[in-house]
Amino acid sequence: MTDGLLDASTTAGPDTRKGSSPRVPLGAMTRRAKAAAWILIAIALVAFPLVFSTPAVTSIAFFSVLFMAAATAWNSFSGYSGYISIGHAVFFGSGAYTIALIALHLHLAGGYGVFWYVPVAGGVAMVIAVPFGLIALRTRRHTFVVITIAAFFIFQLLAYNLSSLTLGSRGVTLPTPPWTGMGFNQRFYYAALCVLVVALLLSAGIRRSRFGLQLLALRDDEDRAAGLGVKTTRVKLIAFVVSAFSVGMAGAVWAYFLGDIHPQFAFTALFDLSVAIMAFLGGFGTISGPLLGAALLESLQQYFTIQYSSGSLYLIAYGVLFLVVIVLLPRGVIPTVADSYQRWRERRAQAMVNALPPAPSTGALAASEAHHARPPSARAGGR
Amino acid sequence: MSALLEVDSVSRAFGGLVALRDCSLGVQEGEVAGLIGPNGSGKTTLFNVITGYLRPDSGTVRVRGVDVTRATPARVFSLGLGRTFQLARVFSRLSVMENMLVATQRHEGWLRSVVKGQSSPAERARAKEILEFVGLGHLGHLPAGNLSFGQRKLLELAYVLVADPVIILLDEPAGGVNPTLINLIADRIRALNERGKTFLVVEHNMEFVMSLCHSVTVMHQGTPIVSGTPDVIRNDPRVIDAYLGGSDDEDDEDDEDDEPGGSREGGSWRHRPLTM
Repeated sequence: MTDGLLDASTTAGPDTRKGSSPRVPLGAMTRRAKAAAWILIAIALVAFPLVFSTPAVTSIAFFSVLFMAAATAWNSFSGYSGYISIGHAVFFGSGAYTIALIALHLHLAGGYGVFWYVPVAGGVAMVIAVPFGLIALRTRRHTFVVITIAAFFIFQLLAYNLSSLTLGSRGVTLPTPPWTGMGFNQRFYYAALCVLVVALLLSAGIRRSRFGLQLLALRDDEDRAAGLGVKTTRVKLIAFVVSAFSVGMAGAVWAYFLGDIHPQFAFTALFDLSVAIMAFLGGFGTISGPLLGAALLESLQQYFTIQYSSGSLYLIAYGVLFLVVIVLLPRGVIPTVADSYQRWRERRAQAMVNALPPAPSTGALAASEAHHARPPSARAGGR
Repeated sequence: MSALLEVDSVSRAFGGLVALRDCSLGVQEGEVAGLIGPNGSGKTTLFNVITGYLRPDSGTVRVRGVDVTRATPARVFSLGLGRTFQLARVFSRLSVMENMLVATQRHEGWLRSVVKGQSSPAERARAKEILEFVGLGHLGHLPAGNLSFGQRKLLELAYVLVADPVIILLDEPAGGVNPTLINLIADRIRALNERGKTFLVVEHNMEFVMSLCHSVTVMHQGTPIVSGTPDVIRNDPRVIDAYLGGSDDEDDEDDEDDEPGGSREGGSWRHRPLTM
């Protein structure tokens, strides 16, 4: 048969040309480099408040790590499933109120003891996420975004108006920890770091698991995934609830740090927008992206707040930055950088192939391949 | 008669448009059944009803004797009925291999699929084997979005096969695909059929249908009008009328008119084998 001719015709699609360049799979070298990078990040995060121990700096670091956790948790639902939630402040606020009210009613004294209730706050956020998710996840895409915003406002109003439970606009005061000086911020920093570790482990676990594969599949085509046996509602709901856990814990640590909480700060739309922008900036749907985005944005925001003490300037900077990201790096920093690195590797591999003298073995290989592939087009374009 | 797939007087309307009208169809185990008909005759709607994407207004659908009329797509799939879509739908941001692994959870309970980590080496090996079978073995690491349309069709067939379905519904497997790839697809369907897979194929390419299918059903305006072997279908005047838009009344008149001059070259076009 006219193997060559037919083969050529199967490669007609313009898309296949992308595939025909030698795409280099990540080798052991790269994987080791990746692991080394993660270890370096971990060491940097642990050592940071010990090296830079000024309270002004550790305060910024605390908020940054807290938002790294929140953005990672947000991303482990929204980034993987493609369902953009602008209602995660519900979990943040619920976590904050949970720990505040527990401390109030159990008459907890300030100290390490309060931290034991942080996971409880995460648990309460999960419980709230179940009915919230069941309702919101009945809708898709844009409608889902609107529903989550609506749910967020409902919870803010509830915090104001259920004053028998939440003490309304008076807010709730938490016990004051007995720590002074540098130690205060450092302890909270490490508490936030613990939440970050939990959020990262959950996020990475989801990303690598079969469960995560189902989430990613439904992000690309939900109906098609359903037709392959993916129980879409269940998968989405579980991811939503799991992401609520870490966000609720972040809210609890935040509340304890501030010492008193009010409805408009615990349930703030700024939180909703921040975590989304952080994830988008760093790289939507990647593990490291939200870390980078949160580290950049939250430290910037805190710095502006401290430096200029006017609450609105950083919002303008935020807006400008967001526009720049959308225009220049619509996919976020991490995927863009990873992609150009991959392309550079491919170019280098191609250059190395071109530099070699034309090996006779390549032709023989192709011929034997054609014999094995019984129908000539079995190779179906590209190789 | 216990068919593998039984559609019993299913009707479905979209507003005033009746897409399926009292539609009945049976697919026997081990056959490749064809479903043809002009555009808008309800073929894809029927597929959507069978696979749980649409609910019929009336009638029942049974897969292997189990009533799936109101089942979800995931449930229908778990009973061993897989399908492909007319415009090959793959998960474009996942790699080809990841696409292959999406369906591996079919035999698991939901909790297990949540807790379980990555796919086992055996599952990966099997996915790889199926990829080789459809000729995409060397593309496993590519994002599926980079594949050509024909390759996407092959990938869609492949990742449905991963879950080892008993019956596979193919919606225009040859549509928009070059002739070489059409032959490959037909060849793979035959090979799978020999291994015991049952197929129901919607297709406009007559050559493809007639050479591949053991039985063919023709749909017209939401109702199956004829069913039989390819030879029967080829020579049935109702089929030609359905495609070329003659109504029954005109048909009779034309027959009378044509009969005396039937020996004319041009007059016998309606009774020639269908080669559209």
